Amino acid sequence: MAGDNVTHVTDGNFDQEVLKSDLPTLVDFWAPWCGPCKAIGPVIDELADTYSGKVKITKMNVDENPETPGKFGIRAIPTLIFFKDGEVADQVTGAVGKTQLVAMIEK
Amino acid sequence: MTTNQLVIIGGGPAGLTAGLYAARARLNVILLEKGATGGQVLNTDWIDNYPGYIDGISGFDLAEKMTAHAARFGLETRLGEVTSMDLTGPVKKIFLEGGEVVTSQTVIIATGARPNMLGIPGEKELTGKGVSYCATCDAPFYRNLEIAVIGGGNTAIQEAMHLTKFASKVSVIHRRDELRATKILQEKAFANNKIEFIWNSMATEIFGDKEVEGIRLKNKNGDKSTLAVQGVFVLIGTQPNNEMLPVDQLDMKNGFIITDAEMRSSLPGVMAAGDICSKTVRQVVNAAGEGAVACLAVEEYLADLPQTE
Repeated sequence: MAGDNVTHVTDGNFDQEVLKSDLPTLVDFWAPWCGPCKAIGPVIDELADTYSGKVKITKMNVDENPETPGKFGIRAIPTLIFFKDGEVADQVTGAVGKTQLVAMIEK
Repeated sequence: MTTNQLVIIGGGPAGLTAGLYAARARLNVILLEKGATGGQVLNTDWIDNYPGYIDGISGFDLAEKMTAHAARFGLETRLGEVTSMDLTGPVKKIFLEGGEVVTSQTVIIATGARPNMLGIPGEKELTGKGVSYCATCDAPFYRNLEIAVIGGGNTAIQEAMHLTKFASKVSVIHRRDELRATKILQEKAFANNKIEFIWNSMATEIFGDKEVEGIRLKNKNGDKSTLAVQGVFVLIGTQPNNEMLPVDQLDMKNGFIITDAEMRSSLPGVMAAGDICSKTVRQVVNAAGEGAVACLAVEEYLADLPQTE
């Protein structure tokens, strides 16, 4: 089902799930009050299905997890950060389309 | 491949209302939306002028209700990003990201608009690092900070007020000496002691090392000044989402689609509704109204087609 392949990460497991992940990992920083975050939601779910087993697709609720967004200087949502080997490989802010996110992952 | 009777492109108030009418008319219809339905309504903190909601309604809730309302009549909504289209001839072709082609006898274009950018130095570099186009999304990041809002229309003033719930001070920078926002919003803004107005001024640069530290301003006399702020909210109107439109086929004005009073474009069987239309008023209520009119024009067009069977 849509969304089943999305991992929800927290301040507590961010290190383990993202920075130490064997797979390249996309983190969608979002909040329940944010419209564009909601708009981009179905695209994130679809990416998670498409890249299952190849790229880890995750979401972090910035409302419940203030520490990690602070560490990465996030001041706007949705912000999507693509991590490779624990490093920031690419970053984009706003409700971008699927095409742009695919390009970021495939680069 | 089955040809639909109607394909609606875009799931904001215009597209959803067209979809509601089309589903009730039992048309064979699909609505294509590249994200979640709701359109720019989703970016709006509070909508106080949609008839029937006496106490106002949040953008989120209105988007949800409009979506559910169309779904109640069986509207089929599909996730899909349109990359291009061929709208000439009796069968319209809509090309989706991923290579799929959807065909239809008629199309309602309701792709809407998105926020304008200022186009000044520092803006792009600092987007997401203090520059924002969505106050509803990002206001909570500015708790007890000083910020600037650029603009003087309804959106700018409405969202400036929302920002005062978090920021310690909101400076509204406007290029004229009076606001375009509706009077009731002006009254509320002038009474809000966290809002300060900087009149007759334009932002010329946003600066900051890793994040926004301030903006440079120029007033109408040419005097320059600097304002230290941690955030800049750019709320200066919208630009059309027209990248997927066949501009060589459609009559357009300044990037918006020209329609007649029945929402018909220059092409037979192609209607447009909502913020993508060339017009002066861009409110939720007229977007919804145009969606209804566009659907009725579609029904009329389909009824007049020569019967093939």
